[in-house]
Amino acid sequence: MRQILAAMLAGLMLAGSALASPGPEERMEDARLEARARALYDQLRCVVCQSQSIDDSNAPLAADLRAVVRERLLAGDSDAEVKAYLQDRYGDYVLMLPPVQGNTIALWLFPLVMLLGGGIAILVFVRGQRRALMAGDDTGEGDEARARALSDEEGLS
Amino acid sequence: MNRLFLFLPLALFAVMAAYFALGLRENPGEIPSQLIDRELPAFDLPPIQGHETGLASADLAGEVSLLNVFGSWCPPCAIEHPMLMQISRSGVVPIYGIDWKDPPGAGTRWLERNGNPYVRIGNDAEGRVAIDLGITGAPETFIIDRAGRVRYRHVGVITEEVWEGTLLPLVEHLQAEEMP
Repeated sequence: MRQILAAMLAGLMLAGSALASPGPEERMEDARLEARARALYDQLRCVVCQSQSIDDSNAPLAADLRAVVRERLLAGDSDAEVKAYLQDRYGDYVLMLPPVQGNTIALWLFPLVMLLGGGIAILVFVRGQRRALMAGDDTGEGDEARARALSDEEGLS
Repeated sequence: MNRLFLFLPLALFAVMAAYFALGLRENPGEIPSQLIDRELPAFDLPPIQGHETGLASADLAGEVSLLNVFGSWCPPCAIEHPMLMQISRSGVVPIYGIDWKDPPGAGTRWLERNGNPYVRIGNDAEGRVAIDLGITGAPETFIIDRAGRVRYRHVGVITEEVWEGTLLPLVEHLQAEEMP
C-alpha cells in the first residue's frame, strides 16, 4: 500500500515538472544567459493568455516567444534590447509592467493619489472629532444626567 | 452640507461602475497592431507541401491585398473559410495566406477539403513570421496597400458583417488611392 502511494506521489511530482512551462529542453547552456532569460520570461506577457507571463504560460505562442528571447540573448542583445525587439512587434502590451509614460501616468499615480487623499480625509475627520470633543463638555456630568434620564424612561432602575 | 458628503462613496462607485461598464465592451484580445501604416516586415516563406510557390513579402507589393494567417488546427479559421472563398470568388481583392504552425501536409489537406481561396501561401512552420507580424492568434487578417504598407488588421473571424461593414469599404478606398 505504502509503495503504491509512494509511486503515485512520484508520478504526481513528475507530472508537475512535465507541465512546468519553460521545459528542461529550453534551458540555455550558459547559466548566466539562462538566468537572464528566466528573468525576461517573467517580464514578458503571453499575448494569447494575457494575464500570464510567458514564463507561466504553456501556450505554443509563449513557447515561440521564449525561443525568440533565447535567440536574441544568444545574438548578444542586452535585456533592454530583447524587450524592445518584442515591443516593436507587440507594443507595450507585451511588457507585464506598463512603462511610465504619458498614457500610463494616471495608472501609476492613481494609488498614490488615493493613499494621500484617504490619509488627508482621515486626518481632517480625526481633527474635526477632536475639536468637537474639546469644544463640548467632556466633564461627563451631562452624559450621566442623560443616561439617568434614559434609564428612568425605560423603567430600568 | 455634511449630509451630501455621505453620498461621495456612492458617487465614486457610480463613476467606477460606468468606467468598468465601458471596459466590458472592449475586447481585451485585441492588442493594437504595431504595424499600422508601417511597411510589411520582410519575409520569404517556403511553400506548403504539394504547392510550388511560397510567399514572400515582396509578392504583396503593387496591389491592394489581404494577408490572412490561418492554421488547419484553428477552429475559428474553419468558420471563416467560406467567407474567404466568397471573397476570392468575387475577385475584389487577392488573398494571400500564411499557414501558421501546421504540421507538414496538414495545411494542404485542409485546403483540399475546404477549397483554396489563396493566391499564394507561405508555410510558417516555425511561427517566426507570425511573431514579426505581431500575431496573437489565428485567424488574423491584414490589409496591405499598393505600396506594401499594412493599413489595417482584423483579429478573429471575418464575418459577413466585418467584410461588408469594414474591410470591403477600406479595400475599395485603398484601391481608389493614388499610387504614392
